[in-house]
Amino acid sequence: MNTTIEETLTSLESRFELKDIKQQRGDLVFVTVKKEQLISLLTHMRDNENFTHFVMLSVVDWIEDGVFQLSYILNNPEKHVDIVFRCMIERENASMESAHHLWKQVATYQRELYEMYGIDFPGSPRVHESFILEGWDDIPPMRREFDTKKYSEDTYFPRPGRESKDPKEHMKNKLYPDADK
Amino acid sequence: MESQNNNNNNQEKFRDPNLDKRTVISPDGQQIEVDPLQDYFEQARPQVHKPASKVIEKFLNWARAESLWVLGFGTGCGSIEIPPLTTPRFDAYRFGVAMRPTPRQSSVFIISGYLSVKTLKRAIRSYEQMQNPKYVIGLGSCTINGGMYWDSYNTINRLDYYMPVDNYVAGCMPRPEAILAAFESLKKRIKEGRADGANKYAEHFDWYKANQKKVIKDWNMPDYNW
Amino acid sequence: MSIIAKLLWVLLGLFIILNWGLLMGALIRKIVARVGKRVGIRWYQPWLSLPMLYSTRSSISHGVMYYLGPVFRLSGGVGIFLFMPLIVGSPYFDNFSFAGDVVVILYFQFFGMLGMALGAGEGGHPYSTIGISRGLAQFTTVEVPLTLAVISLAIQYDTLSIKEIAAAQQGGITNWTLFTNPLATAAALLSMLGIFRHAPFNLVQAPNEIPIGPPTEYHGTYLGVLRTNGAILHVIEAVLFMNLFFGGAGNWIELIIKTFFIYFFTVFIGVVFPRFRIEQSVVWFLKVPLVLGILAILFMAI
Repeated sequence: MNTTIEETLTSLESRFELKDIKQQRGDLVFVTVKKEQLISLLTHMRDNENFTHFVMLSVVDWIEDGVFQLSYILNNPEKHVDIVFRCMIERENASMESAHHLWKQVATYQRELYEMYGIDFPGSPRVHESFILEGWDDIPPMRREFDTKKYSEDTYFPRPGRESKDPKEHMKNKLYPDADK
Repeated sequence: MESQNNNNNNQEKFRDPNLDKRTVISPDGQQIEVDPLQDYFEQARPQVHKPASKVIEKFLNWARAESLWVLGFGTGCGSIEIPPLTTPRFDAYRFGVAMRPTPRQSSVFIISGYLSVKTLKRAIRSYEQMQNPKYVIGLGSCTINGGMYWDSYNTINRLDYYMPVDNYVAGCMPRPEAILAAFESLKKRIKEGRADGANKYAEHFDWYKANQKKVIKDWNMPDYNW
Repeated sequence: MSIIAKLLWVLLGLFIILNWGLLMGALIRKIVARVGKRVGIRWYQPWLSLPMLYSTRSSISHGVMYYLGPVFRLSGGVGIFLFMPLIVGSPYFDNFSFAGDVVVILYFQFFGMLGMALGAGEGGHPYSTIGISRGLAQFTTVEVPLTLAVISLAIQYDTLSIKEIAAAQQGGITNWTLFTNPLATAAALLSMLGIFRHAPFNLVQAPNEIPIGPPTEYHGTYLGVLRTNGAILHVIEAVLFMNLFFGGAGNWIELIIKTFFIYFFTVFIGVVFPRFRIEQSVVWFLKVPLVLGILAILFMAI
């Protein structure tokens, strides 16, 4: 088990299809993997490579490319090494295989992602129950096509009179109104 | 009409099965009709309570102003500014301000910062459980115009659309000194007889309710719960 | 003395006791605040809070018993007052004291608690009954050492009248029960900690400790009645201990000084010690104070 992170990656490459391996620091590596291989890779990492601690699951919305980037961060508590598995999934009808059977807490992350981004995780416990938002009836609010300013203005009775000024221009016009002439 | 329809659809969509009217069978085999909304809450609308005669009301307002009982309900980041008020440095007790654990006994409700929709629901329920002379202090710019959360999808912008507010304290966040100053100006308002938020709420009840229901989509409680 | 005149004197006594109770409450809170390096409330704050509470324009009721709970509590407090001689040897301020008044007073102490239990049991709070049973459990064990001490006194003075017990202690400080029967005094003083319900024994009424029912349910006028009763009860309980163990009072000044220090004893302990949980305090009252009470009876009986 006294392998370095590089050796671990090499052994992984023989079994899984890894792309864009980027070593950020000595103890932090980013790897992009295919959607179909992700769950088996996570299982392998937990059971064989001693990455037993699931740190978190987050998502980035690449609306231009039409994909969500899921990031599964795993930690090896003995060697204090983090490895981040990125996985691109389609934005349209986004759906991903659930990983709640590997770590219990993944279910909570998946519930949040379903509510905030609309990514479905079939089979994950209580994934369709409301998590933070109560009674949300619009598209999931963290998706980038959701216009939060417009929604807020339509819903929450904005107080009129809010305007912002560029301080430099404002003071210039106030103090030296004739400067440009 | 359309918004009415929309509202009904929402109520159907976010219906809580625990609050449905149903028949339960007790261990003895007895059938019991249960209607949680009727059993747990009272649905009567708030009443406008006329003040007493002028001289008596002046004395009572003085007494009310000099003993403000604050509900210990922290909503946003401002809730961390409230506990120092009871500690030696600021010591609000010497101004007749006391903290109470329950809405029924309190007369002042400090909305301490931004209100998310989820918290607004709880805040409204707490506000309605407070008894008639009741005052609201809005703390921080979040309660005035949304503050730094003005374009957030989940926090309200103007508190005075949901409950009558007596005093606003500007700042992000106001320090405890500013809250003490707010208490002083609230006292002045009460003594002049201008702080009549509870009656205002009862008078414009429909308007407040419509605003609240526009924001709280899963309205699964009675219109007025004490 | 005609009954009308008697009633007027009783009402005067009640008025003085009520105001002294309010003032004493404020002074004690100020002292506690100074211990915490705060300025504390203004000394006249209780007189402001009472009109505020009584003038609440709306109130919630859960039914007749809920309404009667504070009334029973107040009648418990006033009941103790009615049978308590205030000033030794004074025909005006001995109220309706009679030969067996100490028994009646011990009963009335429980009467208010039971009234509150009935009232809060009807309240809307689901945990009311838990709070009530905790309070009653603690108060029952508080009463045991006190009753034992009173029995010891009854053996010592051969009477059940507070007036006679107080009169027997006149003529010098060494005649006080404090010195003639120290064991009974110790048992009673320890149980007094539970009667006044300061820390360590105030978990029953700490409102934000646990949602417990009565103190969180009652509001407005109900709470005003409870606070009025609290002011009367605190003084009158202190007067009870003063009459039984500290030689009674020959005049009002003496009464005020003695009741203040008797009450201050519990506050002093409350400021120093943290809270007990209910099961701890129940066991505590059934250990040392109970043994002291039994020993006091044995010493007097032998």
